[in-house]
Amino acid sequence: MAATARTLARPATPKASPGSDALRRRVRWVERGAETAIMLVAITSIVSVLLILIFVGKEALPILTSAAVHREVTPLGLIVPHPGSGFVWQPVSSDPKYNILPLFAGSLKITLIALMISVPLSLLAALYVAEFAGKRTREMVKPAIELLAGIPSVVVGFFALAVMSTLVQRVFGTEHRLNALVAGIGLSFAVCPIVFSISEDALRAVPDTYRAAALALGAPRSETLLRVVVPAAAPGISAAIVLGFGRAIGETMIVVLASGNAALLDAHVGRSTRTVTATIAQELGEVVVGSPHYHVLFALGALLFVVTLLVNVVGERSIARMRARARGASR
Amino acid sequence: MLRPGRCARLLSLVLIAAACTRTVQPGATGLGKRNITVKGSDTMVILGQRWAEEYMLAAPAVTVQVTGGGSGTGIAALINGTVDICQASRPMTDVEKAAVAVKRGEPAMETRVALDALAIYVNEASPVRQMSIPALARIYRGEATSWRDFGGPDHAIVLYGRENNSGTYAYFKEHVLGGRDFASATQTLAGTSALASAVKGDVYGIGYGGIAYSEGIRVLAIKATEDAPAVVPSLETAQDGSYPLSRPLYFYTAGDPSLTMTKFITWVTGPEGQKTTTLVGYYPLPAKS
Repeated sequence: MAATARTLARPATPKASPGSDALRRRVRWVERGAETAIMLVAITSIVSVLLILIFVGKEALPILTSAAVHREVTPLGLIVPHPGSGFVWQPVSSDPKYNILPLFAGSLKITLIALMISVPLSLLAALYVAEFAGKRTREMVKPAIELLAGIPSVVVGFFALAVMSTLVQRVFGTEHRLNALVAGIGLSFAVCPIVFSISEDALRAVPDTYRAAALALGAPRSETLLRVVVPAAAPGISAAIVLGFGRAIGETMIVVLASGNAALLDAHVGRSTRTVTATIAQELGEVVVGSPHYHVLFALGALLFVVTLLVNVVGERSIARMRARARGASR
Repeated sequence: MLRPGRCARLLSLVLIAAACTRTVQPGATGLGKRNITVKGSDTMVILGQRWAEEYMLAAPAVTVQVTGGGSGTGIAALINGTVDICQASRPMTDVEKAAVAVKRGEPAMETRVALDALAIYVNEASPVRQMSIPALARIYRGEATSWRDFGGPDHAIVLYGRENNSGTYAYFKEHVLGGRDFASATQTLAGTSALASAVKGDVYGIGYGGIAYSEGIRVLAIKATEDAPAVVPSLETAQDGSYPLSRPLYFYTAGDPSLTMTKFITWVTGPEGQKTTTLVGYYPLPAKS
């Protein structure tokens, strides 16, 4: 193919000098090579995502199709309360119970707590850093907050387990020492830097002409911020929150360590809670490959993936709509 | 730009690259093998690691690598042939033994290596000193929920347990709960040391685990029935079997161990290995009668 390209190229450019022609050809081949290499890398990541999806889906599918699995658990049995014991997750038992509602409720509970703590905090911090802080303060504060994301989650989890749990119990008088609140606070350490960093970027991306225009119209600073800058940055801020949600619901190590992992279906923040991710992490190491328990764990993973995908898609949509509206308004 | 033909070529390239990696099977046991991999029970991790350290001092040419993960994990690894020795805090089930025979082509060989007394932990501030097995079962099934019924304050009992891939979980479920389910409110912690530290920090907590982890927490005396005498876990009561929750700890290999492994196992069950066992806080096997 290379040879044909060269022979074809020569008569096509008869007037160009031979030196510049060779140079151009060499540049083109180098460019092609680089392009292919980069594309290969991009495709590798897509392929690996696809392969993981296919694998998880394949391992989860027997929940719907396999009669052997249905003898122990049916798709309906994942949601409907077990007669006699209710919403119970007790997969290793003479009568295994696979109710996944306590797990999803637990994941949502801890995620919401984490977001309720981290979103206001990081938005206010972002506002301060983007709008009020001097250059030197900003250059110190921003990397410091982003450094939080670099703390390994196992360290955050251990800190929550060893230090925060006692403190939280003493302050709030929680029933369990390890509970949803402790896990949520721990999780907010991981969520804060993401929400902060992205929303700060969004605020700073708002053109100064907006601020100047608002001030010129006589708007006080607070009004400029709340009525002009924040709405203009809203798509970016929403994206930050959606990403923070994804980070929170997918986090495993912090919640394994700090939540106590009791599969209780209730709304108490002071009680122990078991999440989907913690369940997969704790139980997948032991299950017999191909057993109903094994397939249920994969179904949990697939469902969790669907949930985060939905949130991302819905988030993406609303962000796009907001962006369109902002553009329309600015015209 | 991205023509389908080129796309397919690249894709196949990626797939070929993926297919070229192959997993190594360290389970292949040759005579010349100087590296022993050990995996399994979290209860036995510190014990196995101390044995490995001491043994490597005595036999510098051999490397022994010990990891945890739980008895179930270790047994699965033995079945899959990814470890040489599996440490287990419970005996293998017949199903697991059959799986070893099928997958490895050789029967599972069992060696008792130490004794453990499953201790029941409470916080040091707790006034409770002893407990019967039936009472313990009621607590962990969620039928008894207040410390008041057991001579403690009028406060809910906070249950700590292990995740369900732990041999300790299986042992407790079988020998204390009579095979019935744990209460949903039982918090499951990853590893005995996490559990011990949870009980250490919780005045109303109760937990269970190996005797070696009992530093800083109170170990209860256990009665087999309501009327039986309360027995504190100790060397004598574990060896003579009067402590109701004592259990042997095992090594499993697929087929007869290689020469290197046999030497290690003999050392572990011999006087030097058993001295280490005592140092770590477990109990040595009773002298052969």
